[in-house]
Amino acid sequence: MVEKPKPESAAAPLERIPFMQRLLDNPFLLLFIGVVVPTVIYILWGVMEITQIPLAK
Amino acid sequence: MSTAATESDYIGRLATKFRTCPATGLKVDLAAERLIKANAVAAVVFLMIGGTFGLLVALTRWPAVHLLSSDMFYLVLTAHGLDVLLLWIIFFEMAILYFASAVILSSRIAAPRWGWVGFALMVVGGLMTNVAVLQGDSSVMFTSYVPLKAQPHFYLGLILFAVGALIGCFIFLGTLVIAKEEKTYEGSIPLVTFGALTACIIAVFTIASGAIILIPTFLWSVGYIANIDTLTYKLVWWAMGHSSQQINVSAHVAIWYLIAAVTVGAKPLSEKVSRTAFLLYIFFLQLASAHHLLVEPGLSSEWKIVNTSYMMYLAVLGSMIHGMTVPGSIEAAQRKSGYTRGVFEWLRKAPWGNPAFAGMFLSLVMFGFLGGISGVILGTEQLNIMMHNTLYVPGHFHATVVTGTTLAFMAATYLIVPLIFQRQIIWPKLARLQPYLFGLGAAGISVFMMGAGTLGVARRHWDITFPASDVILPYGYPPIASLMMGLNGLSAILAAIGGALYIAITVGSILFGKKVDATNAVASLGPMPKKIVHEAVTKYGDAGTWHLPGTYVLVGLFFTTFILYYFVNWKYLSELWPMQ
Amino acid sequence: MAIFPPQTRIWWNEPVAKAELVWISVAFLWGLIMFFMMIYWHIYGQQNLSTQVGRIDPAVFEQRTNEFAEKFKVRDEGDTGVPVVRPPPGGDAYMLARTFDWWPVLELEKGKPYKLHISSVDLQHGFSLLPINMNIQVHPGLEHIITITPTEAGTYGVVCNEYCGLGHHQMTGRIYVVEPGQGG
Repeated sequence: MVEKPKPESAAAPLERIPFMQRLLDNPFLLLFIGVVVPTVIYILWGVMEITQIPLAK
Repeated sequence: MSTAATESDYIGRLATKFRTCPATGLKVDLAAERLIKANAVAAVVFLMIGGTFGLLVALTRWPAVHLLSSDMFYLVLTAHGLDVLLLWIIFFEMAILYFASAVILSSRIAAPRWGWVGFALMVVGGLMTNVAVLQGDSSVMFTSYVPLKAQPHFYLGLILFAVGALIGCFIFLGTLVIAKEEKTYEGSIPLVTFGALTACIIAVFTIASGAIILIPTFLWSVGYIANIDTLTYKLVWWAMGHSSQQINVSAHVAIWYLIAAVTVGAKPLSEKVSRTAFLLYIFFLQLASAHHLLVEPGLSSEWKIVNTSYMMYLAVLGSMIHGMTVPGSIEAAQRKSGYTRGVFEWLRKAPWGNPAFAGMFLSLVMFGFLGGISGVILGTEQLNIMMHNTLYVPGHFHATVVTGTTLAFMAATYLIVPLIFQRQIIWPKLARLQPYLFGLGAAGISVFMMGAGTLGVARRHWDITFPASDVILPYGYPPIASLMMGLNGLSAILAAIGGALYIAITVGSILFGKKVDATNAVASLGPMPKKIVHEAVTKYGDAGTWHLPGTYVLVGLFFTTFILYYFVNWKYLSELWPMQ
Repeated sequence: MAIFPPQTRIWWNEPVAKAELVWISVAFLWGLIMFFMMIYWHIYGQQNLSTQVGRIDPAVFEQRTNEFAEKFKVRDEGDTGVPVVRPPPGGDAYMLARTFDWWPVLELEKGKPYKLHISSVDLQHGFSLLPINMNIQVHPGLEHIITITPTEAGTYGVVCNEYCGLGHHQMTGRIYVVEPGQGG
């Protein structure tokens, strides 16, 4: 049931696809973001804090 | 691309064999189909094992029954967590990833041989960890916090399992690439596949975190590393432990959309809104791993607040959007089919006799009301002080993982068996009952554990009575705690009956179900709502043309409950001993 | 349908129904309220977990707890051999977690602040103060100093709620809260 592209739409000048739609259509960019965001905000920030725990008095 | 790769690509294309699905018209790659079957079967086997362990846990925590000895209890509890929280769920998710890529996109699957390598690693790893636990020296719980030490093969099994699952994720991504290159679809991937992509992305982060922490832990267990920092372990471990449950959320939301599409013909109200909601998951959902570190010494409040709130609750926003768009799309579809009377005719006349639909809708409602709200409360930095490591925590995640994910996966099975295994569901009358039985039992488990948790009952305790014979300084919980644990036990029995029924129906259908062919393909998917008005199905969702009053009422009810429960908890918190 | 690709080539520009926009805005605002509620409570609330933490050798912590118990011991807890220790109001109190007990028993005065030092000498444990249901994670090697002010007299149980091995359910402790000037 996959629709074949209609000839008239192919002939018409194609409108540029909006940025957000292009982002959502790019699985590898999403993968990159989805791994980097938690790695930086959760893991790296957290590990930095753990390494900075001072010695007890 | 190198010549060798191109060549194997070419061979792959030639070697692929397809069949056409009589119900949907989708082209199904037989290699993908075999992988889906294998992963789904493995999932159900581990659900059966892990579910049985779960029942034993609940019967032991029921003070009047107190089934197992303490050693056995901690062993069984460790195995329960591993088998259902990790093995059942991730095997099933592999099946979903292959289904949502190869089948839904009518594409050939990427590198099916690697799919089998991954599957074999997952099976071997899963069994190895189970053996380690059952041998008795690795009762360290699912979380295995260092310096509690398990046998080396406990960690090794988990690592193998994770590597296998990672291979599955890359096959999913590879299949997306192939489908795009070979133009098996036009434009953007379908919403269900996008949901699966979200799950896959979170899975990659999850598995990578798991590897980062479990490999050194394995080396520590065999003596190559002297010491692992307890707090760092916990931080990274939860990037796996909690994120793996976020894979579930993404996967079961994708399943909600899938089942709504197949059973009532629902279309997303807006592709833009639903996909943006998934995008918020990709960005922020994984930060919630901090939920387990809110009463930890050594992490700042800034870190805790930013992470626990998924960056200002933007991932919660994603869930609240799905919570409206899924029922909204069902209401829109039902109204288009002619069920337009009053506020709730669309819901009353929904196909409640179809276990796929019933399971999906119960999962949606209970995930939102029980799992979602309790999760946000638990994940509020200060409120967590009243709940951390009490039974409230397992209460919460049984609402998300059992009434949410597991029920959604069970519902999906009623479609996967006829679509992929090409067998009809045996015992349709029992199958109709199954989601209700299991859902009710699982809801009971969640509610009563949360109830006990608010009384302070600790999780993972063999005995909550602290008899003087056993304990130097006895303590007694209020008697109502025992009542809660009894009700929890009863609910677990109910859920176990529902779960056993699910396994019997699934296995029975695969082995003995009537073959599905072109003549009965659509009927095999269970009862569907009849269209009252035959109207040309117009293209897009509501966009101003359809009012969805029923959905507004449901969402309003949800929101009111949420606000009230949220502030009630702050009130309770203000009664605690002041502390700084 | 959600199992087919979007029907229009550019779906990002499709209009979104007003009701949907309203719900998204409401949900977003609610998220902000919940976010700022946590910050608000840090400024105006009384129950915020202390971030006063230091790395410490478990043996040193054990020694300090022993010295503390020796110095301020008022009696034994029944025939258990566990000392009941009564630190001066406003002063430091130590509680040590180990498999499988919380040591020693503390006696505190109602309404007085205490600097409670907790740490573990072996595994991770969970400090769960009952029935008020206050729960704090305890790590070996990390000394956590929390200023607490008991609000009501009574006998409080301390239970371990982080799994710590096969005797986990036997790990209990106790805190007495007495009216100022009484007890001892």
